[in-house]
Amino acid sequence: MLKAQMLMPQFQDISTLLPFTILAVWTFALLLADLFIPRERKGITALLAALGLAVALGFTLSQIGREAAVGFNNMAVLDGFSAFINALLLVSGILGVALAYGYVKRMDLERGEYYILLLFSVIGMMLIAQAADLIMIFLGLELLSIPLYVLAAFARPKVDSEEAGLKYFLLGSFSAGFVVYGIALVFGATGTTSFSGVLASASTGTPNLLLTIGAALILVGFGFKVAAVPFHMWTPDVYQGAPTPVTAFMAAGAKIAGFAALLRVFGSALPSLASDMTPILVALAALTMIVGNLLAISQSDIKRMLAYSSIAHAGYILMAFVPFGNKSVLPVSVAAGLFYLVSYAITNFGSWGIVIAMEKAEGKGLAISDYAGLGRKYPALAAAMTVFMLSLIGLPPTLGLVGKFYLFRAVMSGGYVGLAIIGVLTSLVSAYYYLRVVVTMYMRDGEPEVTSEPWLNLTWGAAALVTVILSFVPQYLFEWASNAVLKLF
Amino acid sequence: MEFLLQPLTLLTFFPLVGVLALLFIPGEKKTALRWTALVTSLLTFALSIWVLTKFNASNPDLQLVAKYDWITVAGWNIQYYLGLDGLSILLVLLTGFLTPISILSTWTAVEDRVKDFMLFFLLLEVGMMGVFLAQDLFLFYIFWEFTLIPMYFLIGIWGGPRRIYAAVKFFLYTMAGSILMLLAILWLGIYGKTFSVPDLIAQRNIPADVQFWLFIAFAAAFAIKVPMWPLHSWLPDAHVEAPTAGSIILAGVLLKMGTYGFLRFNIPLFPQASLQAAPWIALLATIGIIYGAAVSYAQSDAKKLVAYSSVSHLGFVMLGMFALNVQGVEGAILQMINHGLSTGAMFLLVGMIYEQTHTRDMKVYGGLWKVTPIFGTAMLIASLSSMGLPGLNGFVGEFTILLGAFGSTAINNPLYAGISALGVIMAAVYILYMFQKMFLGPEGSIVEEVRKHGHALRDLNWREIATVVPLLIFMFWIGLYPAPFFNLMAPTVQKLVSALVIP
Repeated sequence: MLKAQMLMPQFQDISTLLPFTILAVWTFALLLADLFIPRERKGITALLAALGLAVALGFTLSQIGREAAVGFNNMAVLDGFSAFINALLLVSGILGVALAYGYVKRMDLERGEYYILLLFSVIGMMLIAQAADLIMIFLGLELLSIPLYVLAAFARPKVDSEEAGLKYFLLGSFSAGFVVYGIALVFGATGTTSFSGVLASASTGTPNLLLTIGAALILVGFGFKVAAVPFHMWTPDVYQGAPTPVTAFMAAGAKIAGFAALLRVFGSALPSLASDMTPILVALAALTMIVGNLLAISQSDIKRMLAYSSIAHAGYILMAFVPFGNKSVLPVSVAAGLFYLVSYAITNFGSWGIVIAMEKAEGKGLAISDYAGLGRKYPALAAAMTVFMLSLIGLPPTLGLVGKFYLFRAVMSGGYVGLAIIGVLTSLVSAYYYLRVVVTMYMRDGEPEVTSEPWLNLTWGAAALVTVILSFVPQYLFEWASNAVLKLF
Repeated sequence: MEFLLQPLTLLTFFPLVGVLALLFIPGEKKTALRWTALVTSLLTFALSIWVLTKFNASNPDLQLVAKYDWITVAGWNIQYYLGLDGLSILLVLLTGFLTPISILSTWTAVEDRVKDFMLFFLLLEVGMMGVFLAQDLFLFYIFWEFTLIPMYFLIGIWGGPRRIYAAVKFFLYTMAGSILMLLAILWLGIYGKTFSVPDLIAQRNIPADVQFWLFIAFAAAFAIKVPMWPLHSWLPDAHVEAPTAGSIILAGVLLKMGTYGFLRFNIPLFPQASLQAAPWIALLATIGIIYGAAVSYAQSDAKKLVAYSSVSHLGFVMLGMFALNVQGVEGAILQMINHGLSTGAMFLLVGMIYEQTHTRDMKVYGGLWKVTPIFGTAMLIASLSSMGLPGLNGFVGEFTILLGAFGSTAINNPLYAGISALGVIMAAVYILYMFQKMFLGPEGSIVEEVRKHGHALRDLNWREIATVVPLLIFMFWIGLYPAPFFNLMAPTVQKLVSALVIP
């Protein structure tokens, strides 16, 4: 009887994972339905995929403010943090579909699997956001990664794309190996994989080398996923080679999920390791900001530049994660990290949207010099790109400034003034290469060609407006982010 | 609605009405665009006069305050907080005054992308007004950083041949200072639990050793903007490459944002550190005065000469300010205005002749006074004002500053004032040198050159006269009867200085 109860999920279990369940069912249904959608009308699949994401988003939003709950025998958790991350992931998914809609048609890549793979990846990410057990973390990681490997190589037989897919696959599996091994060591040290169990065992027992090594390996594994230096080598090549909408989705979604995983594992299960891990994290964050920004300077290809910029931003977000063992600062810094993720995600989709609008067949239109004359010929597009660049630098009147303000404040409240100084100095460096795009658009002459598609225009237009408007009224997002606390066991 | 009708809110954001209007005018209708921008800036100036009539000069505190909670969640305490006192009223008026003049100066000088130009110019005015009015550190930082962006475009799009280099240099230099200030602002916000400047000043409890670091961080931002020697190297590039209107605003208002920052934030927030720093700042200011003057003399490009003279003049402002006594600070504030008027006029006039000849090399000029007498007279008055001739505004400011610096217990060394006084003489040397090269002596080659192209050098036209005469009027006014200007700032300066405990 007991056994049967354990196997059969209860309603309460389902309700903790409601948006996830809905999206999973929807995705499988879509997989079948796609068979009956004619080849030349795959736009319908895209719309259905977006609809599924929107429905799941609706349910996620209804979960906000609910009391934290666990389900599936302590495997999954629903709290403010997971609702926030899920909402962000689902919005990213919708934007990912919107960016791809015209692009895959134009580049002759339109196949139904594209959207279905994207949905599977979102499901994996959501699983990570709600994980309460190391096994769930790993499950989510694989579910998010495998579709992305395929998507990165989606433009086959283009060599760049195939190379991107293979590279991402090899290094991704490698990093997954690190995570599994880390989980195994943690299990070996504590005898359990559930967060609450690990927490109880880790905080009572004597310092355990096995546990520390395990945690470090998990950190390495997710370091790959979020593209933190020195685990960033794959990023520029993959971002450059993958179809641009895939890159856009990867840069936002995978990063959000990676940070969610790190916060879950370290914040709720392993705060006792703070004294060992904090110096490592400080170094990792500092290194990521420095290397990412310095390498971005010399890039002449916009996709590579944005790839390095996303590495640099991983560094900024990592800063929010540094005081994970300090219970009094953690809520503030988690909120700051979430806020920064939102601002980064919006800006990210906007800027990649512009890249997609500028991209031509056979990889043309991707050099920064191709942007010359944009300011004169397409003022709205250039203004939007300027907004994104300013936001990435962290200048008013954009959300990026508010995000940095919030983030640096959290870092300084935690007492890491040195890290904050590195953060602002690298922002200065970043101004140089972001401004180069602006210089090219407004101060050099050229005859750029732009593709105009309704969904694409809507994406970058809305992203630019939101980036500016939210910077004047950030208090609602502030409030939401600071209520999105991590459930601690 | 009440929020929008606050006088200071109205003054700060009124140019946005013009921005909105500009957006709906097609780019080819250049005259309509120019008039829209001009009328907007004139109305903004009228608003600033209106604000002046509401301003009570005998009250040393912030007036016409507009204060609303802005972001007060999650431990944040950020307010929308504008206010006006004796430190800022003159600078607000200067901003309102110089913007229409600058716009008028572009009437024929800017032909390309007029719409964008005017958009950026009006946005810049919003930023400048905000900087002088904001009383919340977060709000101030937003306005402060925001001014960078339109100015960057103004230099980068409409500037001279090396405009891109100059624009990026300007941007990065200024940003380098402000990001350090950002950290200091955050520290203050965490420590004092508020970003409101008056509240932070009232707390008066920042430990002395921390004050030192915070002072440095704020000073980094402001000293670059001023610019103080040795952080001035962006200035000549930016000035030389900027279009005339950009130079006027850059010299007239943007540099004052730096000196104003010291007055508004460094001195009242970190009084102990200010007292400690005073001799050092005086030293740097003195070096700047002499260095700027010497380098000015070595220039052959008229605009570059005026640009370097700014380094020298702003040195006086810094010297007076960090005398930390009433005379010094009052002189410094007045000299900020003076510099805006005289250097603004010089850039304006150099720009006017450049528009006809397309060269600023002083070697090819000469004997212009005979050819263009009105232009010559205007330049003479501006030059004499800039070098501090009694009866004109520059004298009043510099004299008061030197008086303050001589008697300053904070600087505690009359040598600085003594050496700086030499700067006044050197100013006479380089300015008269320029005037002689361009306006006196035999006719320069450029006059013939222009004639060869079928039209002689013309004197100022009515529009140009209308642009420059308001500046000249104020030069005489301040020079002959400065009392009303001093009266506006005196109570606030008294309060500021008396809050310092000078040993």
